[in-house]
Amino acid sequence: MSDTHAQTQPFVRGEMLPESEPPLAEKGAVKWLRENLFSGWLNILLTVVSLYVIWVVLSTVVPWTVLGIWDADSLTGCREIRDARYGEGMEVACWAVIADRWQQLLFGFYPRDLYARPVLALLVFFAGIAPVLFTGLPRKLLWGSLAAPFVMYWLLWGGSIWGPIVVALGLAVGALAFQVGNRAQGALLGGILAIVVPILYWLFLAGPLIRALASVLPIGIEFVPSDDFGGFMLSFIIGIAGITLSLPLGILLALGRQSDLFIINKVSVAFIEIIRGVPLIVWLFTASLLLNYFLPPGTNFDLMLRVIIMVTFFASAYIAEVVRGGLAALPKGQYEAGDALGLDYAKSMRLIILPQALKIAIPGIVNTFIGLFKDTTLVVFIGLLDPIGLSNSIRATTDWNGIYWELFVFIGILFFICCYSMGRYSLALERKLTRENR
Amino acid sequence: MKTSVFLGALTVAGFAAGASAAQTLDDVQSRGNLNCGVTTGLVGFAAPDANGVWEGFDVAVCRAVAAAIFGDPMAVEFVPTTGQTRFTALASGEIDLLARNTTWTFTRDTDLNNEFVGINYYDGQGFMVPRDLGVSSALELDGATVCIQTGTTTELNLADFFRVNNIEYEPVPIETNAEAQQQYLAGACDVYTTDASGLAATRATFEDPSAHVILPEIISKEPLGPLVRHGDNEWGDIARWVLNALIAAEELGVTSANVEQLAEEGTDNPEINRLLGVEGELGAMIGLSNDWAVNAIAAGGNYGELFERHIGESTPIGLARGLNAQWTEGGLLYAPPFR
Repeated sequence: MSDTHAQTQPFVRGEMLPESEPPLAEKGAVKWLRENLFSGWLNILLTVVSLYVIWVVLSTVVPWTVLGIWDADSLTGCREIRDARYGEGMEVACWAVIADRWQQLLFGFYPRDLYARPVLALLVFFAGIAPVLFTGLPRKLLWGSLAAPFVMYWLLWGGSIWGPIVVALGLAVGALAFQVGNRAQGALLGGILAIVVPILYWLFLAGPLIRALASVLPIGIEFVPSDDFGGFMLSFIIGIAGITLSLPLGILLALGRQSDLFIINKVSVAFIEIIRGVPLIVWLFTASLLLNYFLPPGTNFDLMLRVIIMVTFFASAYIAEVVRGGLAALPKGQYEAGDALGLDYAKSMRLIILPQALKIAIPGIVNTFIGLFKDTTLVVFIGLLDPIGLSNSIRATTDWNGIYWELFVFIGILFFICCYSMGRYSLALERKLTRENR
Repeated sequence: MKTSVFLGALTVAGFAAGASAAQTLDDVQSRGNLNCGVTTGLVGFAAPDANGVWEGFDVAVCRAVAAAIFGDPMAVEFVPTTGQTRFTALASGEIDLLARNTTWTFTRDTDLNNEFVGINYYDGQGFMVPRDLGVSSALELDGATVCIQTGTTTELNLADFFRVNNIEYEPVPIETNAEAQQQYLAGACDVYTTDASGLAATRATFEDPSAHVILPEIISKEPLGPLVRHGDNEWGDIARWVLNALIAAEELGVTSANVEQLAEEGTDNPEINRLLGVEGELGAMIGLSNDWAVNAIAAGGNYGELFERHIGESTPIGLARGLNAQWTEGGLLYAPPFR
């Protein structure tokens, strides 16, 4: 103990006083309120006004929502029940339209007795995406992820089981071709063969093979044509297909744009700029209207497939630019480090560059995905019955004509759930991948 | 660039050649169903019910054609089309028949290479105003704000009408009918204008329909009818005469209830007998079985029955027959003779 005070003061307390409770106004909720809401006359005024606005909104919206009527079979029925229950003039929601048509909003015209199939397909999707999203799971499950798209296709559209199997075999053919080319001439020939051979296989060999196998061993489930797809199922299929396909394509385009190889570089730049420079709705019209003229008459090139291809292209152009941002943010030393370690291009990208670049790009990528998922509602303009399109059809029946907000609220909630969970996942992923201290 | 233009022209030429050579009836028969273009939803004319089965006045035309070909009114694949996609869908062969409350106009018939096969509903543009406004004629609408769907013929008709009568108005552009209802009820506009059938359907959904009046002026002609593409006249004949059969059936008193009986027993009226295939070989002349009209009428009934069921006075839409009555009753429906 220092003796500084010993000369000036006669007595120094030898032990600490016990902590006492802070005054009532300086702790807990009261303190928080005083500091944050009522700290000055302007703040008090603003708080009161805000509370009033909140009260006005809630006092209208909450009764409208909570008192809503669920058990009617038409809008007129809703109004009769409302008048009987609450008296005339009360504005309440008519949720009966959701109760009556929720299956249609979710599944479109998909046959009712087969609803289990799209649900199962969604579960397969989650099972397939889990090992990709959560790195804690065993890596062998990634093979399941590779198979998941084909299983999902089969579950959704049905038909012969041989179609998806034979098409999936194309991937194995590609891998084999790469190995053969790689051994004989190096990675370049391997890469070319890995692209060309499967395409030839799909174009010329797959069709007869499917027919042959189907005639020998007809295994299959009921086929559901694309016309019956609608509602959220349609948004999900377009969204999920677009998201999963556009990420790899976008990464390839971003790498292509940085490449020193002249043709690859120019093709990537042209692709990105052309696709990105034109609104999505124009591409959708191209898919639905223009392509019809250029295909031979009678060809049945599924509209949904055309839309998925266009949406994928569109999203991948954006992903490419987002990933390019990530690549540009990496210090040059990282590229040089890869070279110094003697890694070839593929290895240095896979092990050093892309993991860091993608981590930087995560918010942008997820942002693009959320945008893409919401953009799927644009297909309403080419006559596909997504939830918005179906809400028009539902309003066009005499029972539900005149209903408005209820359908939009329902659709909005479903979209919010999907987009919000995507956003939360990306936040969690960013936190997990943070290596340096910020 | 030259090459791509050339290739494009070649493709279009190839397509045109393919389309004109195509026998639509054969295609439809080998496919096993009719691809029929309808709206994505219009009250009374086309809408899917809770089970996804399409219903409506336009839909009934598709079903009648399918019934005439296959004997099965359900052998139709409905393709929802929008105002932008409808003609391309027809021209490219995605659909065989378009029954989508489409107004028969000169350019659509000639320049767009379509063939209208008849008129199944005579419509016209009207006005709806709140009763409180105290307006009894469209000529009193000077200075009114008007809710109007953009990009439709109604927009042009409106401009013409107000200019001819030398009165001012302020347009409030809106996108869909549902939006228009909301805007009109919220008081964003004094007047809502669209086809009279649409106005009636819209008014029927209001809490208090009697608080709104539909003004007597009809300012345009909107003959709505089914159409097929140029290049296959036999196919056009089938669609045309199925529609005529429905109209003639009403005139001749053939209904879905008595058509089977009349076809079996025959009647004293030779025209009914020819229509129902009891006499003559009319079916063979258009490449169908001789009971084609029986099937078409049995599918949903004659024109009058379809009208009553989907848009007539017994429905919430409550349209009167008006111009759509038989010529014998002061309307415009006049089916050519079956002979």
